[in-house]
Amino acid sequence: MAIRVFLTLLLFLSLSNIVSSIYEDQVGLMDWHQQYIGKVKHAVFHTQKTGRKRVLVSTEENVVASLDLRHGEIFWRHVLGTNDVVDGLDIALGKYVITLSSGGSILRAWNLPDGQMVWESSLQGSKESKSILNVPKNLKADKDDLILVFGKGCLHAISGIDGEVLWRKDFAGESIEVTDIIQSTEVIYVAGFVGSSNFNVYLLNAETGEFLKNNHLVLPFRTSGELLSIPGDKFVVLDSARSKIVTINIKNGDINYNQKQISDLIEDSSGQAVILPSRLPGLFALKINSWVLLIKVTNEGELVVVHKIDNTAAFSNALSISEDQHVFACVQYEDNKVHLSVKDVNDWNSDLLKENLVIDHQRGNIEKIFINNYVRTDRSHGFRALMVMEDHSLLLVQQGEIVWSREDGLASVVDVTTSELPVEKEGVSVAKVEQNLFEWLKGHVLKLKGTLMIASPEDKVAIQKLRLRSSEKSKMTRDHNGFRKLLIVLTRAGKVFALHTGDGHVVWSIMSHTLRKSEECEHPVGLNIYQWQVPHHHALDENPSILVIGRCGPSLTAPTVLSFLDAYTGKELNSLSLAHTVARVIPLPYTDSTEQRLHLIIDINKHAYLYPKTPEAIEILKREFSNIYWYSVEADNGVIRGHALKSNCIHEVVDEYCFVFRDLWSIVFPSESEKIIATVSRKSNEVVHTQAKVMTDHDVMYKYISKNILFVANAAPKASGEIGTATPEEAWLVIYIIDTVTGRILHRMIHHGCQGPVHAVFSENWVVYHYFNLRAHRNEMSVIEVYDQSRADNKDIWKFVLGKHNLTSPISSYYRPEVSAKSQSYFFTHSVKAIEVTSTAKGITSKHLLIGTIGDQVLAIDKRFLDPRRTLNPSQAEKEEGIIPLSDSLPIISQSYITHSLKIEGLRGIVTVPAKLESTSLVFAYGVDLFFTQIAPSKTYDSLTEDFSYALLLLTIVALVAALFVTWVLSERKDLQEKWR
Amino acid sequence: MDKGKAVIGSLGRRWAVDFSDNSTSRDILDPPGFSRASLDQDDSSLSRQKKDAESNWKAQKAWEVAQAPFKNLLMMGFMMWMAGSTVHLFSIGITFSALWQPISALQSVGKMFEPYKDSKVELLGPKLLFMALNLGGLALGVWKLNAMGLLPTHTSDWVSSLPPALEVEYSGGGLNFG
Repeated sequence: MAIRVFLTLLLFLSLSNIVSSIYEDQVGLMDWHQQYIGKVKHAVFHTQKTGRKRVLVSTEENVVASLDLRHGEIFWRHVLGTNDVVDGLDIALGKYVITLSSGGSILRAWNLPDGQMVWESSLQGSKESKSILNVPKNLKADKDDLILVFGKGCLHAISGIDGEVLWRKDFAGESIEVTDIIQSTEVIYVAGFVGSSNFNVYLLNAETGEFLKNNHLVLPFRTSGELLSIPGDKFVVLDSARSKIVTINIKNGDINYNQKQISDLIEDSSGQAVILPSRLPGLFALKINSWVLLIKVTNEGELVVVHKIDNTAAFSNALSISEDQHVFACVQYEDNKVHLSVKDVNDWNSDLLKENLVIDHQRGNIEKIFINNYVRTDRSHGFRALMVMEDHSLLLVQQGEIVWSREDGLASVVDVTTSELPVEKEGVSVAKVEQNLFEWLKGHVLKLKGTLMIASPEDKVAIQKLRLRSSEKSKMTRDHNGFRKLLIVLTRAGKVFALHTGDGHVVWSIMSHTLRKSEECEHPVGLNIYQWQVPHHHALDENPSILVIGRCGPSLTAPTVLSFLDAYTGKELNSLSLAHTVARVIPLPYTDSTEQRLHLIIDINKHAYLYPKTPEAIEILKREFSNIYWYSVEADNGVIRGHALKSNCIHEVVDEYCFVFRDLWSIVFPSESEKIIATVSRKSNEVVHTQAKVMTDHDVMYKYISKNILFVANAAPKASGEIGTATPEEAWLVIYIIDTVTGRILHRMIHHGCQGPVHAVFSENWVVYHYFNLRAHRNEMSVIEVYDQSRADNKDIWKFVLGKHNLTSPISSYYRPEVSAKSQSYFFTHSVKAIEVTSTAKGITSKHLLIGTIGDQVLAIDKRFLDPRRTLNPSQAEKEEGIIPLSDSLPIISQSYITHSLKIEGLRGIVTVPAKLESTSLVFAYGVDLFFTQIAPSKTYDSLTEDFSYALLLLTIVALVAALFVTWVLSERKDLQEKWR
Repeated sequence: MDKGKAVIGSLGRRWAVDFSDNSTSRDILDPPGFSRASLDQDDSSLSRQKKDAESNWKAQKAWEVAQAPFKNLLMMGFMMWMAGSTVHLFSIGITFSALWQPISALQSVGKMFEPYKDSKVELLGPKLLFMALNLGGLALGVWKLNAMGLLPTHTSDWVSSLPPALEVEYSGGGLNFG
């Protein structure tokens, strides 16, 4: 009965709550937004003018940004699309930022001060090639600044003023791999290799683009192809064995070459030699073993080693600080210290600058360095250096100090998990947190004033400030409502950050030493993050721990690293370099006595490994041996397979933590008509409150709630590309719902004339998915709800009264369920980048779908809009139940954007976490930016609002008690008088 | 109860002289010629008469009390009709008072009929009527509860909080790490 009352109450609340929006002054109270740019690829300083000093950067997240050199803040920023990779960045005419992107096919000019786009040119070409942006500093053609762009096999000369293509030269027919473009006053040299040994140079007229000359030189050996031009007219390249340095001189179009054995330059030449891509006048840097040789190329083509540096991290390009003075910076490591030195190219003995730096060890090595000079008051040159670190963070160093740093690794979050905060200790008193009683009282008086609407404008400002920087929000302890948590994110660089949900500050960050760039681990990437150990409620003094999985390269065969971290402190507890590969990690629903979760790691050789490697884990696994299954989706072959554990591995030595498995079932989709484009399963930690759905007429439908079901969307092979490449007749989507234990297809349906990309979310017994309808030329969203018909005849009320039903007894997937599915489709305005659903602690609160739109915002849609029971004219009873009349499209209410006015640039994922308070769900959305907020899909029915005035309540109570006392005294007195009369 | 006492008389007055008191411990002598024995005889028949009237009266009153909930019942029915069948504060309040009144009345049946307790008065009939009427009131309240849908008489009321059944098997997996 109580539940019915509660549910009815809930219904009333939710009826009045189709829109859940916030007021203007609530922005920033519960949400935070952080802007990042990603790992910097190119940087160009702009400090000449007296105005604001800035550095222009382009990054691996395809961001073009202008940063304040003083504080590192973003002046402006543009996030280009995911396919619009920035290849080059430069400044032209002193006022435009030029970017070349999309494989050398789009050239854009942005206004330097405010970042507005001035012009855009799309450059045509026929074949893929290296793209080169060359903004000559002194080349003029008809008083017009020329920009030379090589991309898609074509050389373009483009006017810097309006982006007009002045001339273009096609190299597609020449089969040359152009690697460099050099411009002199009248002639443009285009250099490259045909094959690996035929060096070619084309001479072009700079004004008209006419071919002047074509010279070529066939080297008697093959080269490595990494051609580096040395400003002037020389090139260096290594031969394919990396044992010889070849210097090519193209003076006046004549080509000649010299070669020299590396072993002549250095005694120990056993390691692999690499030419570093730093452009230095008359010099190049050769890295061999841990040494870097700076080699001067004389005019005659002779090679002279001018300097040898050990333990070098990075070199900058040359910077010309005056007419004939060129400097460059290099960074060296020496027992935990970083030496930054700036040297003159021609003068090796003295350092223009030598500084020792202390850089946080967790940032890893320095990967790139860009330098810039300024003139000190005493007319000497000072230098500032912009450093890109291994964890993708960006530092500006000046005078031996880190002036600012940006944690731009957070722009490439790959996985997110959460952890509770430590429990509040006895020792921490409230007064310490609230500063002092007076402050506390003052705050509440201000709030009271606000409530009674007698606050002055200054008071209002003070109230707002008080609300925004409430110390309660960012406390490092667990709160009663469960709003404060740690968001633990893994970035692509393999660094793990813990962010506080209160204000988004970084609590700790760690880069596991096994996931650093080293000889064994060339390209470390972070893959996934899992909750390893979540202490039980009774052992709150223990710290939870986290499992991080990283790999040393992009391929599946690369060695894998496991790292175990303490979630409170970020200390690495343990790390393992695995002997086997990792294709998949399956967290099992079993924990051992120390609450460590069992994980199965599947490698590519069909072995399964159990972690943690303890006898107890083996015991648990043996007990559940026959109940553990998993499935693998082979999207390329169009096959889904089911597997189960078979026995221990048969190696020379018996490894009892290693298992072989057998294939149980496979679903082979016809490759000529279907191609897997999306698979979605339920979240394993989702909590479902009830298995029954009550209809209007007190009837009951039983939801088919199974964690082992998988949603698969297949598209027609012809229509699996982009929208517009297929006609409606040859496009279709086939939707499957599959039981992953038995391989049974529970439901199948076809959407004709529709195509992907499909984004879907699976929760309880329903799945919502988004796709494109080619016939209607609109996006569409569909919902499928799955019900269990075999339970439907549980209708005898006496069975329930006496508890004689078997609805809650464990069920097996092999018990054949009769499943019925209901479905409905609606048009939807936006394209979608991600879909999520809110999750709450007990699963009672109604759900909202969170849709990451193409505009990088997050829209909350009530699940009731996606209810297959919607009809055109719902009856009165159905309306009371909350069924909304059917409409052909889903409404977009602008107040229900939970990101309000903000954008999460480059949105990639949304994560929802339940708070302890049933009504509230925490939402974290990540992309290039990070955004966090709390939402209450049915409003906060279980708590007072944040701006509830406790002072007013207190005051009212005090006043009432006082009134009570006074009236009591008065009545006593009156009674006495009465008696005396 | 008070009413009953007042009618009986002896307790309602401030003072009284009881002439029929014939106890021996008197300090004033009987007047001459006064025969106490004859008076006693006369007096006893008088008091018997009086007692009969009293018990008659008590029985009548007991029936009256027993019938009192009937009026209440009508009143309650009217109130319920006014309150309607939707669940809100007013209707819930009325329904609960309709349930509570009969229950509290039933609890105090004995007390209710105590003043009319008499060896000659048969109280069983009035008590039964009283209880029946109150049970009727209770039934009315329950019916109202049911009409408002607050009684768990449907399957839906029993299964709406049933947690999902546990699954024997566990299956995980998905795409390989790219």
